[in-house]
Amino acid sequence: MSSVINVRGLEKSYGSNRAVAGIDLTIEPGEIFALLGPNGAGKTTTVEILEGFRNRDRGEVTVLGVDPAIKGEAARKWRNRIGIVLQSTSDAGDLSVSETIAHFAKYYSNPRKVEEVINAVGLTEKADELIRTLSGGQRRRLDVALGIIGSPELLFLDEPTTGFDPEARRAFWALIEDLRKSGTTILLTTHYLDEAEALADRVAVINHGQIIEVATPALLGGRATSLATVSWKGANGLQSERTDNPTALIRKLIESYKDEIPELTVKRASLEDIYLEMIGGADVNK
Amino acid sequence: MSTNKGHTNKVPSALTIGFARGGLEVKQFMRQRESVVFTLAFPIMLLGIFGSVFTNELTDGVTFSQYFVAGMIASGLVNTGFQQLAIMIPVERDFGTLKRLRGTPMPASSYFIGKVIVVFVSMILQVALLLIAGILFFGVNLPTDPAKWFTFTWLIILGSAASTTLGIAFSVIPKSGRGASAVVSPVVIILQFFSGVFFVFTDLPGWMQQVAAIFPLKWMTQGMRSVFLPDSFAAREVAGTWETGRTFWIILAWLIAGLLISIRTFKWERDR
Repeated sequence: MSSVINVRGLEKSYGSNRAVAGIDLTIEPGEIFALLGPNGAGKTTTVEILEGFRNRDRGEVTVLGVDPAIKGEAARKWRNRIGIVLQSTSDAGDLSVSETIAHFAKYYSNPRKVEEVINAVGLTEKADELIRTLSGGQRRRLDVALGIIGSPELLFLDEPTTGFDPEARRAFWALIEDLRKSGTTILLTTHYLDEAEALADRVAVINHGQIIEVATPALLGGRATSLATVSWKGANGLQSERTDNPTALIRKLIESYKDEIPELTVKRASLEDIYLEMIGGADVNK
Repeated sequence: MSTNKGHTNKVPSALTIGFARGGLEVKQFMRQRESVVFTLAFPIMLLGIFGSVFTNELTDGVTFSQYFVAGMIASGLVNTGFQQLAIMIPVERDFGTLKRLRGTPMPASSYFIGKVIVVFVSMILQVALLLIAGILFFGVNLPTDPAKWFTFTWLIILGSAASTTLGIAFSVIPKSGRGASAVVSPVVIILQFFSGVFFVFTDLPGWMQQVAAIFPLKWMTQGMRSVFLPDSFAAREVAGTWETGRTFWIILAWLIAGLLISIRTFKWERDR
């Protein structure tokens, strides 16, 4: 089995701005792959090149074995096999949920059942409502429904849960898990690190047009072996210490305090901490 | 295709998807109350106002209302095609509707077929309503000569096709959906004044007539007059005849120009 996405030496500039400055990327079948990076890091440009929306300057790219820059009938056959959920699509909304999904189903050779897709995204009760009556989160779920109606082998998800409340986000994650089980490969871009951690098999961090690291969420940025921060309320107020052996430090503290150690916490770096450190956005351990 | 799970991969044809889009566009059009009112009722209201204000006869047996109805039917081709699309497409571009479509196996030609269908349906409705109002209230007579109906038919088909391609071509000009109406509507209204919709064409200043003669609306109105006014009225046209052949070629030329520009310049996404 060859890779679903294969990128070698991808480059793209806008004028003097090198938006993508040499990216290599391989995504395997059935994988959920998250692309993380600050705004302007080259994330969107990379994804839009993979989606066939944008031309590249240099490099080799295949998506499902096809160069996304193809045109004409071959492009249609290729698009028949992928699904794209873009950021913020907002129709006037004069059609109902099921009318819209049923219409998009007509574009594909092998669409999923409309009803099944409506149920999968949790819009069963809204199926006959006009889109304009949907909340932001419900509209987003409709976007996803339109992305998966063609039974894609590869799904692009761009910031899928922006504007969701926590409950809707959990429901959405469950939907993505279902897609994973059906074997769909997913390329996810997100600002939410907890989302990447919950869903992704691997994450890539991209900054200044280059990939800094690719790893599983647990291992990214040396997270598994990173220092823990132990903090407690000492004589001079809140104190904290970074250590690779927090247990030993706490033993010492027990000896000096005998009783309860006031306001004791032990904190390991979250994926967000690691990420922010990697992109140089903030020194979280200060 | 290692990851192909036994798909037939026979993508539906551009024509099949185009007709599906046409059906959807018509449904959407009918559900947008403002657009229905604007496209269908507004011309009738104009006809009511002008027909009541100008009650004079231009020549024996030809009232201004009759002259005006012919012009309004021609305008209908421009309203439902050019104006509607040049406003609607930038809105769809802003909403991300176009970008989403572009990410599916739907080809551009299907999108255009859908637009042709929605323009044609709304145009037929508008022309029918104008004709009914004209006959009931303003003494418009339907032609009995089959040759005139023949002219009417090709004018409608060619005119709305040209209007459609020009609307798609013009849709790249408005920077945003919100401003589209402000850019497009004045163009249409000025053209209507210049082309002899609101006034008798030959009463307009010569330079205005010459400017109008470049654009298709003047020829559409003249063509519609040849259908709805008695042949004796041809003597009062600029050339002293209806110039039917020239009308055909000029509208066809605009149709082709619109098509070529559309194919080359169509924008799926807003400039960032």
